[in-house]
Amino acid sequence: MKHVYTWSAIGLIVLASTAGDVLLSRAMKQIGDVGELRRRSGLLRVVGGVLRHPSFLLGVLAMTVAFYSLLFGLSWGDVSLVAPASASLTFVASAVAAQVFLHERVDHRRWLAAVLVASGVLLLAG
Amino acid sequence: MTFRKYLVLAGVTIFAAAGDSLLAYGMRQVGSVSWHHLPEIILAVLNPWVALGILLLLGFLASYMTALSWADLTYVLPASSLGYVLLALIARFWLHEHVSITRWLGILLISCGVGFVTQGPALTHHPPSAVPEECLPAVASTRAEP
Repeated sequence: MKHVYTWSAIGLIVLASTAGDVLLSRAMKQIGDVGELRRRSGLLRVVGGVLRHPSFLLGVLAMTVAFYSLLFGLSWGDVSLVAPASASLTFVASAVAAQVFLHERVDHRRWLAAVLVASGVLLLAG
Repeated sequence: MTFRKYLVLAGVTIFAAAGDSLLAYGMRQVGSVSWHHLPEIILAVLNPWVALGILLLLGFLASYMTALSWADLTYVLPASSLGYVLLALIARFWLHEHVSITRWLGILLISCGVGFVTQGPALTHHPPSAVPEECLPAVASTRAEP
């Protein structure tokens, strides 16, 4: 039963981190290059615009869910399983989600990079 | 990609690795927090290492959001994963921990992944379908005429 709890927590961490990353990315794409915006309208207006953006707020909420799921996951399972499994699965899930929801062009190069990094993270924790 | 943008990606990597390390170091000094004494976790921010770790993680968030404003998520995530390599190198050369062959292989795979993704374009260019009608050239405006 503990096994089921651990993998449920890993699933929730991956889902929430991926949602958080996609929402933050969507917010920043809609706001635009912050370097240029800062030169045009000043740092405070850029920070205010980011903090008020609905996708940013939802993204932070999703990241918070991911953080607490990680805490629960770590209380049920081994850190050597929960941390690397969730981190590496998030790389692959983010590539799928970015292609579907953000319409990013995920070519062979980016798929290969996501899979290499995900495998590397798994090996680092081994 | 300009030098400034590579600096932002380096910021994402370094702030995340340093922030996590300081947070872990500080929490080891604070000790384990039990479920029955959860408010203790709020007092943990009074530990200077935890406070510095949080400050660096705020720096990570700022540079991560900046990178996402001009690059794709599928570019930023692998490109900034060198932090894992940085943590392993800190463990080997500063903390003198043993790094196994498997971990060196992991470092090699992550470095290859980062190398692959940074050779390609940082941003997907979508066709300008969102341009309002009045901004389109005359060809587009004649399309509606009979």
